[in-house]
Amino acid sequence: MGLFNFKMPEHFIIMNNPLIIGAWISIILVSVGIVFFVTKYKKWGYLWREWFTTVDHKKIGVMYILAALLMLFRGGFDAILMRTQLALPDLKVLDAQHYNEIFTTHGTVMILFMAMPFIIGLMNVAVPLQIGARDVAFPVLNAASFWLFFVGAMIFNISFVVGGSPDAGWTNYVPLAGSDLTPGVGINYYLWGLQIAGIGTLATGVNFFVTILKMRAPGMTLLRMPMFTWSTLITSIIIIFAFPVLTVTLAMLTFDRLFGAHFFTIDAGGMPMMWANLFWIWGHPEVYIVILPAFGIFSDVISTFARKRLFGYNAMVISMVAISGLSFIVWVHHFFTMGNGPWINSVFSITTMAIAIPTGVKVFNWLFTMYKGRIETPAPMLWSLAFIPNFLIGGVTGVMLASAPADYQYHNSYFLVSHFHYVLIGGTVFGCLAGMYYWWPKIFDFKINERISKWAFWLFVVGFNLCFVPMYLVGLQGMPRRVYTYGEHMGWTTWNFVETIGAYLMGVGFMLIVWAIIYSILHEKRDRSGDPWNGRTLEWAISSPPPHYNFSRMPSRVTSADPFWDAKKRGETMFDENEPLKPIHMPNNDGMPIVLSGFMFIAGFGFVFEWLLIGFIGLLGVIGSMIWRSFKDYDADHYVQVDEIERDQAELKAALEGRS
Amino acid sequence: MSEQQHASAKHHITGFVLSLLLTFAALFLALNTPLSVGLKLTVIIVLAVFQMLVQLVYFMHVTEGSKIYQIISFSYGIFVAVCVVAGSIWLMLLNGMSMY
Repeated sequence: MGLFNFKMPEHFIIMNNPLIIGAWISIILVSVGIVFFVTKYKKWGYLWREWFTTVDHKKIGVMYILAALLMLFRGGFDAILMRTQLALPDLKVLDAQHYNEIFTTHGTVMILFMAMPFIIGLMNVAVPLQIGARDVAFPVLNAASFWLFFVGAMIFNISFVVGGSPDAGWTNYVPLAGSDLTPGVGINYYLWGLQIAGIGTLATGVNFFVTILKMRAPGMTLLRMPMFTWSTLITSIIIIFAFPVLTVTLAMLTFDRLFGAHFFTIDAGGMPMMWANLFWIWGHPEVYIVILPAFGIFSDVISTFARKRLFGYNAMVISMVAISGLSFIVWVHHFFTMGNGPWINSVFSITTMAIAIPTGVKVFNWLFTMYKGRIETPAPMLWSLAFIPNFLIGGVTGVMLASAPADYQYHNSYFLVSHFHYVLIGGTVFGCLAGMYYWWPKIFDFKINERISKWAFWLFVVGFNLCFVPMYLVGLQGMPRRVYTYGEHMGWTTWNFVETIGAYLMGVGFMLIVWAIIYSILHEKRDRSGDPWNGRTLEWAISSPPPHYNFSRMPSRVTSADPFWDAKKRGETMFDENEPLKPIHMPNNDGMPIVLSGFMFIAGFGFVFEWLLIGFIGLLGVIGSMIWRSFKDYDADHYVQVDEIERDQAELKAALEGRS
Repeated sequence: MSEQQHASAKHHITGFVLSLLLTFAALFLALNTPLSVGLKLTVIIVLAVFQMLVQLVYFMHVTEGSKIYQIISFSYGIFVAVCVVAGSIWLMLLNGMSMY
């Protein structure tokens, strides 16, 4: 392996399958179409100024959510392919290798490139508004986080057409994922895609931690923060402590594969099990990283639409703090069957079951919040209501799995597959959708159409249960996960067919959600007044969409955890209108993050193919971008003058009067 | 914003150089010294503790800011580090020994 060695993999361009040829055609058509239309309507300048270089947390949030929906499509398409293959015994839609690749990319895409950006996108959109801040603490770093995530996702996603997909599962266990058993570029794609996106996520964790601790409006003590902000704070802490483990672990396997190190090899003193150990030291906190913000969203949504104060605010906070501590001492339950011995398994069984306590406290708090409330059921509340029973099913089966002796039976079966889909879809995906519906009329000036959304909701939830309840049953009958087909004589056919019907219904539900968004962009009624849900927290006290500086005056009447609700009760606004407007200090747009991430793409691509020269050139570019940025640090900000703020206010007033 | 204190460039560069020195010392020790494995590991762990102190003092501002935040975040960090390191060692040792 030399610096100037540019060996080509056996298949650089993958074309061996009609499905992949179809993917090529659509990729090329869509890319050409985008370039053509953007050029034709001369939008490159607009895109560069308003989106590619933006440091506005709201726009970054929108880009995150857009990317997450794209990835939901990709991961969902993988799922549909798998369910089609498994609909009946001995089908030949996918061969074994292709099936391996698809379940690997499905898992990785859904966790790292769908759930994470969706959650982080909602944090970006909502948290600064909820705490009365004008942006996050480090706006340029925030843009860098997004673009690093985006580049990581793109590197991972081109694998199936250029060079070959990873195929060792989303957990990427060695020795299978080592260079002896899986040579080629697939696993390298996994390592670099996750590495680059992971660095972005780590920066996000630091960013929101500082933002929430340092940039709250006057009067907003920690115990007056909205629950979504609390969950973001706790999540940021978990990110800060968990993601470095991922970074180091991926780097170690990269060294094994690229430079012949022996961290995880079977020979020369390596420890294959250490991969599983380190992966889950990150991986278990990771599942709380994606579920806690969803809990926060449900808390805010449920108290808004039950028209009641959140029941047990302090208990909610204490539960989340407890979960953040427990999240680091349960990881072994992912590999009870690796021969840890009874001592270790007992300890980790008990810690795992302990997690059910704070989670149960939260479930009761949501129920008591709704008790005697005046409940309304628009789309965000529907998803929150569906969350409680579905998540409960996932949680109860989780406690079953936590028992180590029983886990020897459930392990690696469809029972486990169904369990984690119930918590990840019933918890995280429902939460993300609830959050998207809830804050959509804050980011834009219209809601997502209710009628289509309700159809989408029912199709998705019914399909979800049709798909995953049979998985519990077929899992108990012994069907293992990750098999690409099964024989008629196993007796699994009926349930598998029902699962496939459910999966297709979920697909239709997803398409209806997309259709509802498109329909609403075209037809839904516009309303800039900013409080479409009769909200309780600060973000609803400003117009929709908010001006880029969010608050023209700082909110000055935060006296409780539901400050806007209480102000409305008193017949006040959140702001002291007599206070004169002052110039607002805001960050400048910056092209560094996208340039840095472009170099990161070059580096990642080079190292994936083990073309070291290209990899190092990319890394030099990354370092160069940071040095360049450090020299132009001195013109990083500007002031929004009072006359511009007044102009915005006058325009908003005219828009509101024109409406009524 | 203007009253915010910025650490001097000298402060940052000192920290950067110190952290690099500690890293390369560990590398040199592992590759080019005839010491026994146990001794190498011990010295590397000592170097790691110094590395942690350098990071805390020069980059993570452990000497500034509110005491209570520092204490909480430091104890949480120690908690996670102990879980990860001690947990992994416990697991790997027992895993090697359990024959059943």
